[in-house]
Amino acid sequence: MKTSCLNCRHAFAALLLAGVLPLHAQEGPAAAPPKTAQQKIVDPEVTGEEHAVLTSAPMVPPPITRRTPTKVIVNLEVIEKVKRMADGVEYLFWTFGGDVPGSFIRVREGDFIEFHLGNNPASKMPHNIDLHAVTGPGGGAASSFTAPGHQSQFSFKALNPGLYVYHCATAPVGMHVANGMYGLILVEPKNGLPKVDHEYYLMQGDFYTQGANGEEGLQPFDQTKALNEQPTYVVFNGSVGSLVGDKALKAKVGETVRLFVGNGGPNLTSSFHVIGEIFDRVYQEGGVIPTQQQVQTTLIPAGGSAIVEFKTEVPGTYIMVDHSLFRAFNKGALGMLKVEGPANSIVYSGKEVDEVYIGSALGNQESKIVELEKQRKDAISADPKIAGLSKDILMEKGKRVYSQTCFACHQLTGEGMPGVFPPQAKSDYLMADKERSIRAVVKGLSGPIKVNGTDYNGVMPPVLLNDEQVAQVLTYVRNSWGNEGEVVTPDEVRKVRAE
Amino acid sequence: MKLIFHLLASLTISAAVDASPLVKIPAGVYKPLFLGENDAKEIPVAQFLLTDAPVSNGEFLEFVTANPQWRRSKVKRLFADENYLKHWAGDTDLGPQCDAAPPVTWVSWFAAKAYAAWKGGRLATTAEWEWVAGAGFAQQDGKKDPEFLSAVGQWYSSPAPARLPAAGSGRANFFGIKDLHGLVWEWTIDFNSAIVTGDARGDTGLERQLFCGAGSIGAKDTSDFPAFMRFGFRSSLKASYTVHNLGFRYAKSP
Repeated sequence: MKTSCLNCRHAFAALLLAGVLPLHAQEGPAAAPPKTAQQKIVDPEVTGEEHAVLTSAPMVPPPITRRTPTKVIVNLEVIEKVKRMADGVEYLFWTFGGDVPGSFIRVREGDFIEFHLGNNPASKMPHNIDLHAVTGPGGGAASSFTAPGHQSQFSFKALNPGLYVYHCATAPVGMHVANGMYGLILVEPKNGLPKVDHEYYLMQGDFYTQGANGEEGLQPFDQTKALNEQPTYVVFNGSVGSLVGDKALKAKVGETVRLFVGNGGPNLTSSFHVIGEIFDRVYQEGGVIPTQQQVQTTLIPAGGSAIVEFKTEVPGTYIMVDHSLFRAFNKGALGMLKVEGPANSIVYSGKEVDEVYIGSALGNQESKIVELEKQRKDAISADPKIAGLSKDILMEKGKRVYSQTCFACHQLTGEGMPGVFPPQAKSDYLMADKERSIRAVVKGLSGPIKVNGTDYNGVMPPVLLNDEQVAQVLTYVRNSWGNEGEVVTPDEVRKVRAE
Repeated sequence: MKLIFHLLASLTISAAVDASPLVKIPAGVYKPLFLGENDAKEIPVAQFLLTDAPVSNGEFLEFVTANPQWRRSKVKRLFADENYLKHWAGDTDLGPQCDAAPPVTWVSWFAAKAYAAWKGGRLATTAEWEWVAGAGFAQQDGKKDPEFLSAVGQWYSSPAPARLPAAGSGRANFFGIKDLHGLVWEWTIDFNSAIVTGDARGDTGLERQLFCGAGSIGAKDTSDFPAFMRFGFRSSLKASYTVHNLGFRYAKSP
């Protein structure tokens, strides 16, 4: 298909040159545009042709089993896209393939790569790509400079094996990179890399938003912060929390893990560390020879990479961080690897002793805790953003409380059990009096009541929840299953509790 | 059927055409972003006239109605790529998806140039355009106008709206010109001159100016990101290209 189209273009160009263009071809919409004639470059060393498998982080395309070089066609599209930076924080990312970092490209040393860079028609900016794996001026940048709604093609020979960064190199380059325009291309050595059980793709980047860290809404790029190299966010794989919880990397005890770790920058150097693991081998700076063994933290320059390998020994959650720790714990550069399998208490015992230790100069701990607790509460109630958590969040949290505490009697559907546990769904008794419903939860309720026309005479013990949890669960109950009511606040709960 | 079609079209026209006035721009000096050894450090700009807003769909419809060779089905491929006016419903029909008031986009440099000539004008030079676009809201030097700078930056950080606002709906700058920033990119007559700057430079100038580390070497003011982006954008174009957020306005010599 592609070939015939190109031929058709060539034929058209030839006609133009010959000056015998038939009239209909000149006017008809079917006539292909006379684009710059493409010189057909053929690499005599390669045989066959294939399309590169591209993956989004943290996934990596499968290892190349081929033992001969081939022609690899890469189709990559630049998309400018609003995505999540952190909870409630959106950012207009500029991406290679729709994600940050860009799609992982895997080729083999000696391959001949035909690269097609498309720029989505909805883009505001022109873009290009500089692949550090390319030998030649600009790394492909000038040849791939592409206006919105257009596509460029260039080709290169993968001369040097290694793990390389690619990025956009359109002015202002720093801004294009700061908006997420980077990814990794692995040029596998001729004989491949040693076999491992898991390969994952991880890339760090620093981001500069006009709002402070955590400030919600669509955040514009902040040029001053970028120039001063003071990022608002430092993250793995394009957003805070991209590799935690359900999205954590996974492995089993005794398996080998290889991480392809890149650093897009644009400014910071990463001190990459996995808490509780020691890298058995590090291919420093993305080269193909393991340069060091038994490494705790490896340095990854901006616009550089590293390959780290280790075997898991003990189950648990391993936290991957930039060990410049404020980036990890305050700005987002934190991911998780969850390892499952049997424990090995010789390798790691777990906690063996937990007893009171009274230091000589610590003073009165208890009163200090009370004081700190009070400070925390004051800070929370003084911050309208936290205090006034939206109803949606209250509902979500309330649902969690309900499904841990209340559902056993009142059922997940809120229907209760006829004659035994009164229903919450469309409940006249519940909705008639908000304070009474709070009182029922914090102080319990017993004796005869009438709910939706049915008599009940049971005992509900006081439920052990704090004020916030009661507020959450009652907000949930009073706004679910056909009930519609307002938010219940912790202050209201506090008042009833104090009665 | 055809008659109705034309009636509808002319209705749209009469509703839309409220042509942007030409505003007199005083002579000044434009300091180019990129300076090669042999480049002028300053380019004098003579007094000229410039429309206060980009050309709208309605205005452009009037043009193609009067000049059939610029209709979508008639235009030569050499002069406009296959996306030319793709957001219109037909040759002389904007259709329900396209309003008359927003700036016309999906137009090639050739088409923009022909429109300007039809109006008895021309496209502005990059130097003229940048001279006007450098003005802030309240003062001639936009660099000293923080409100202006932040408004310019905002556009690059926000996604394109589904429907563009009307041409001329933005805030007027010091010269009384609107929407130079924040609505669409605009063609200039010498849009590609950031690449072709002269014999001394050759093709390598492209890389020296616009890419990577080399991109900032020749720049006068490396913190002027919007100017970088405008130069980057312009030099990604060819004269037959049409783009969803690229329009134009026209100028006249006095």
